[in-house]
Amino acid sequence: MRVLAAMSGGVDSAVAAARAAEAGHDVTGVHLALSAAPASYRSGARGCCTLEDARDARRAADVIGIPFYVWDLAERFRAEVVEDFVAEYAAGRTPNPCMRCNERIKFSAVLDRALALGFDAVATGHYARIVDGALYRAADEAKDQSYVLGGLTAEQVANAMFPLGGSQKVAVRAEASRRGLQVAAKPDSHDVCFIPDGDTAGFLARRLGAAPGEIVEDGGVLGEHVVGQHEGAYGYTVGQRRGLRLGRPAADGRPRFVLDVSPATRTITVGPRDALAVTALTGIAPRWCGPPPPPGAALAAQVRAHGEAVPCRAVLADGEVHVSLAAPLRAVAPGQAVVLYDRERVVGSATISVTSGPKERRA
Amino acid sequence: MTYLDHAAATPMLPSAVEAMAAHFPYFGNPSSLHASGRRARRVVEESRETVARALGARPGEVIFTGGGTESDNLAVKGLFWARRAADPLRRRILASAVEHHAVLDSVLWLAEDEGAEITWLPVDATGRVLPDGLRAALEEHAEQTALVSVQWANNEVGTVQPVAELTELAHAYGVPLHSDAVQAVGMLALDFAGSGVDAMTITAHKLGGPVGVGALLLARGADCVPLLHGGGQERDVRSGTLDVAGIVGFAVAAETAVKEQPERAERLSGLRADLVRRLVGVVPDALLNGDPTLHPDRRLPGNAHFSFPGCEGDALLMLLDARGIECSTGSACSAGVARPSHVLLAAGADEDRARSSLRFSLGHPSVPGDVDVLIEAIGPVVERARRAGTAGRR
Repeated sequence: MRVLAAMSGGVDSAVAAARAAEAGHDVTGVHLALSAAPASYRSGARGCCTLEDARDARRAADVIGIPFYVWDLAERFRAEVVEDFVAEYAAGRTPNPCMRCNERIKFSAVLDRALALGFDAVATGHYARIVDGALYRAADEAKDQSYVLGGLTAEQVANAMFPLGGSQKVAVRAEASRRGLQVAAKPDSHDVCFIPDGDTAGFLARRLGAAPGEIVEDGGVLGEHVVGQHEGAYGYTVGQRRGLRLGRPAADGRPRFVLDVSPATRTITVGPRDALAVTALTGIAPRWCGPPPPPGAALAAQVRAHGEAVPCRAVLADGEVHVSLAAPLRAVAPGQAVVLYDRERVVGSATISVTSGPKERRA
Repeated sequence: MTYLDHAAATPMLPSAVEAMAAHFPYFGNPSSLHASGRRARRVVEESRETVARALGARPGEVIFTGGGTESDNLAVKGLFWARRAADPLRRRILASAVEHHAVLDSVLWLAEDEGAEITWLPVDATGRVLPDGLRAALEEHAEQTALVSVQWANNEVGTVQPVAELTELAHAYGVPLHSDAVQAVGMLALDFAGSGVDAMTITAHKLGGPVGVGALLLARGADCVPLLHGGGQERDVRSGTLDVAGIVGFAVAAETAVKEQPERAERLSGLRADLVRRLVGVVPDALLNGDPTLHPDRRLPGNAHFSFPGCEGDALLMLLDARGIECSTGSACSAGVARPSHVLLAAGADEDRARSSLRFSLGHPSVPGDVDVLIEAIGPVVERARRAGTAGRR
């Protein structure tokens, strides 16, 4: 097969490309330039599209012995991922940009172009497995990235290749070293690649400007009362505890958490940890990796990249998916994706629009 | 492998390789006073005379540098600083917008960090500088102008600039002119003294010599402030121990390239005409960029530059590379990201045309078979790139 290997400059994608080449495929490496003004060097583990990363990717391609090119997807990435990220936060939701990048960039823009140019598949260094056209969790539970690939359709998966899905991360690093790849000891990248300093609130503040408002506590029978001020509701995420800077301690003396973010009223609602429990949620715009599940199917739901999956039942109605959880999940924010699993297999995903707990927490 | 990227790098001439190899066992520093040093110095000076003779300059006008980029930086910044030092009002640089980045970015740096003012000289649709544009700029700014910089021939589309005419104009207003002639040596008849230019950039690796050595031909009497300070080895304008072997290879290559230039230009011009005619036959909507007459006075003999509507230049390049055909989109940034050609944009092309271009450049080893291979491949490659054209950019 002719395989296009997306090479970020990290260890995983380098080993993935090497394995694809070793398996006898005709592999071409491509580094995706996603920033219009890339930084020269990576600082720490953040960011992934610096000139240094492009050089690391090129060097790895040299060692593997495959052709290498840089594709400029900066404009597409800005429009599809960065702007969406800002708009979602502005609307009080918590988006997952990595997931969106996989859906809209790597396995859409890049895949489409690759197929048109005569390639048969796009290989990446993601930890997930493809078996008989279905997407499964990786063998390495700690590294499993099937969640961020949960938005891929069966068509997209059919043209994807994840050579690392059956491996442990430690083994991949050792293999990189054995193969003479200089990136063997390079730190993993995490966080949001287009916010290299990791200051999401600061990034959003620069993009959205100040929008001060009140932080209120739902005091039950006592009603709501103001406990603090904020500079912009977009800086807060459901489930957040740190950085609230509340003047008064809670009546019960226990920590308070963000329960709700309402940009329209510029209000952040806080409350006790118990009130974060979610036992049912609704997802919109579902995407299925294969046939949609039968009504009431017993599945498992996962709402963050490395969170636990809890047993659930899912029902489709009017293009929405209603999920009832067998055990509560905490800190589930609208905008996050719920990925549904049938044991190890990814069934599909949807964007969370509404959540509810065992007892209604808001009037 | 079919190599059609001689404007980027061309194989060394065997005579240059031999001359360098013969020199490698010697190690004297040409600045040393003892016998080893004197021997090295003699080789350097003989090479300087060879380069001077080949290009119509005096030996004292040849300043060896580390290559074209350094020569361009030295000429643009050095002439600017010297002229400004003599008259603080002279802060304006007149340059064409189709210059190589070594000139372009030097000019932009001077504007950002040294208070230079820029007038970009207008070009026509072929990328040729309009003498009337220079005249108008000089009319307006003669007293404030530090220098004019216009390349001898464009590295992307091959357009030959009317350097003699522009130089005469600049001199009429008392302004020196620098010309980057990197692409022209060995392809066009060049005469430094006859052209009247005050400074000319040349480099070895475009004419069959080694990479990493070049020269700035700097007319006697032209003041130039150094970029590199140190031992003052080259006329006190350039410091650094000279690369004797590289200079030997450069001199031999320059001498050969100039001697063979008339025959080579004619042969490559014929091959190129064949390439253009047959390519348009296979891809009828391909747009030839640069001078369409292919006249030897107006276009480099080995240059063919096309836009392929609906295609991305980097997709074409990749598909040709996969078939063993090597060419270029013309310009690339440090990360290897293809940018729309600034030359085509300056010549009035829209962004799509500037993004869909490929340069095929012939050189001394090119043979008719190279053109045959390209013509056979280009049809299917363009067809496939066109299908991919919008994929990924929607």
